[in-house]
Amino acid sequence: MTLSILHRVTGVALSVGLIVLTIWLVALSTGAAAYEQITALMQSIVGRLLLAGFSFAFFFHLCNGVRHLFWDVGKGFEMRQANASAWSVVLATSVLTLGLWLAL
Amino acid sequence: MSLRSPLGRVLGLGSAKEGSSHWWAQRMTAVALGFLSTWFLISILLLDNLQFTTVSAWAGRPFNSILLLLTTATLAYHSKLGVQVVIEDYVHGPAIKVFSLVMSNFTHILLAAAGLFAVLKIGFGAP
Repeated sequence: MTLSILHRVTGVALSVGLIVLTIWLVALSTGAAAYEQITALMQSIVGRLLLAGFSFAFFFHLCNGVRHLFWDVGKGFEMRQANASAWSVVLATSVLTLGLWLAL
Repeated sequence: MSLRSPLGRVLGLGSAKEGSSHWWAQRMTAVALGFLSTWFLISILLLDNLQFTTVSAWAGRPFNSILLLLTTATLAYHSKLGVQVVIEDYVHGPAIKVFSLVMSNFTHILLAAAGLFAVLKIGFGAP
């Protein structure tokens, strides 16, 4: 139940992330100076916190999205299955988000 | 007395409207993004560093440029469809709802154009 609204919240957050990604791409196409300005912003404390948030939103939306696709083909509607898949999403999101930031 | 026929007055007033094509497009872009976004993230992580020369050389290789174009376009489309549902569900009042939908559409088209242009510029500018 909680995950359902979180899917929308992370989706909207990722739409904001799309703006950041687009700015990054445009800066990359503009030249070295513009690109370095953007990466400097991203490496600031606020930038890192934002990127951490976006990475969590991305992994959650991806994992929970797969769950939704299974529902769309009619699988996993039993309460037991839905609870199991919910916890799988929480676990996978945590592992992927932590793994990404440990790998960096 | 109206010139519109009874059929003409009711056509398109059902609840579904463009619902099924929206639903289908949202799922298709979701599946595509499952692959594209994973490719993007892994590719970025596999780069030696995130310096300008490294990243622009990577983005300028035809294979990467093509996938980046698809990623940018699909992201903008999927985001547009998702934000539209959120607006339709939570923004009430016909005027503000239509205004929000129009602004969302314009923004997403701008993001798609900017992203695609940037990738093309990098790709065509690459040696």
